[in-house]
Amino acid sequence: MYGGGYIYDDSGRSWQQEEQLQDDPVKLAAFEARIARGEKIEPGDWMPAEYRRQLIRLIEQHAHSEIIGALPEGTWITRAPGFKRKLALIAKVQDEIGHGQLLYNAAETLGKSREAMINDLLSGKSKYSNVFNYPAETWADVTVIGFLIDAAAIVNQVANAKGSYGPYCRALERICYEESFHLKQGHDAFIELATGTAAQKAMLQDALNRWWQPIMHFFGPPDKVSAHSEKLMQWKVKMASNDDMRNQFLDAYVPKIWELGLTLPDPLLKKNTDTGKWEFSDPDWDLFFEVIKGNGPCNKERLDVRKWAEEHGRWIRKALMRQEERERTALPVA
Amino acid sequence: MNESLDPRVNRLRLNNSDGSFSIEEGENWNVFEVFHQEKRGAHHEHVGCVHAPDANLALIFAKEQFGRRKKCVNLWVVRSADILAFDLEDEDMFANNPDKTYRDASGFKVMDKINKFKAQSK
Repeated sequence: MYGGGYIYDDSGRSWQQEEQLQDDPVKLAAFEARIARGEKIEPGDWMPAEYRRQLIRLIEQHAHSEIIGALPEGTWITRAPGFKRKLALIAKVQDEIGHGQLLYNAAETLGKSREAMINDLLSGKSKYSNVFNYPAETWADVTVIGFLIDAAAIVNQVANAKGSYGPYCRALERICYEESFHLKQGHDAFIELATGTAAQKAMLQDALNRWWQPIMHFFGPPDKVSAHSEKLMQWKVKMASNDDMRNQFLDAYVPKIWELGLTLPDPLLKKNTDTGKWEFSDPDWDLFFEVIKGNGPCNKERLDVRKWAEEHGRWIRKALMRQEERERTALPVA
Repeated sequence: MNESLDPRVNRLRLNNSDGSFSIEEGENWNVFEVFHQEKRGAHHEHVGCVHAPDANLALIFAKEQFGRRKKCVNLWVVRSADILAFDLEDEDMFANNPDKTYRDASGFKVMDKINKFKAQSK
């Protein structure tokens, strides 16, 4: 589901100059020319060290987001209202886990092992999309996630699917296909509450009010404070700026919320008809970074659940592993 | 920390764990490449890979991962390590393939010769 428009990087901002001095300038020029021509880069190809590092970071965090993102929704499988909703939610959550697998595979082609990625997630070194550090308090939260968070993720993923790294693009192509079902089922459940009883409408409005800030955070800080995207855009690792993606999202989905008679908790939210851009109150970016650092309402629970699963799944992983199969393999060839 | 909204999560007593846990290299098994056949008679096409302890489980995971949507009549799995491939840097060894027109039907201008012959025999 969740490309998570914002990819966290704690390694400082001076990477460009340092890393590029180490790369062979002739190979770098050929590499950049290939990308400029629209060619895809494949696992065995030469690539700048920083391109590899950034892609691992991007794809790994995307993979973690899929897996962690299944937790707030998975919580509601047992309590979904009705058999049809339950079936759809199970199918969706299974898809998200599958997306995690596809993305881990894509990241592995860059040379980082699955185990290393999982360990970095468990230790807190590697991040995931910030929205999943908030709880799904009611069924209405599930419909807001299924409709709006998925919609935001699709904006991000459709953009990334046109990127330069072949295995990531192929994984995203498959993911985007399944996302269209997620979005539709989310929208359907969202509409059902919006057009339902007064209690249903109130529950949905309440969920929307709580989720609006995390949704505005979703694409990351505004372009004017978000450093180091220029090179990443030239290399087609980042395909659209945070502000552009946020605007595209608002343009497509705010009308779909308003048409149902719902409101959004931002009095300044409106489309500027001259510029075609949406205007809104500046979200609380201090809170955003505070939650990324681990101090959100659910950070600890999310990681604790993942740890529990790894810890208690170990015995069966070991029991299934046959000794004769034990030699580790080369990288996936795809 | 607030108590989880999920009763199942609360039953796990997560707060009892000391917090540090890591998995070992190799614990996530081997990698298998997956090939998907859309209909009988079609080629199996590579679609991705799965991690599994052996080929039998790889097939089951492949069915979940790649056979859950769209048409599928069959799947193959093969261990990634068993695939032998050329080095991508040796791509140039295939470069003159299209130049060897004597291996293509289009490399033989039969009609030209027939027409020339017919014109001469008039």
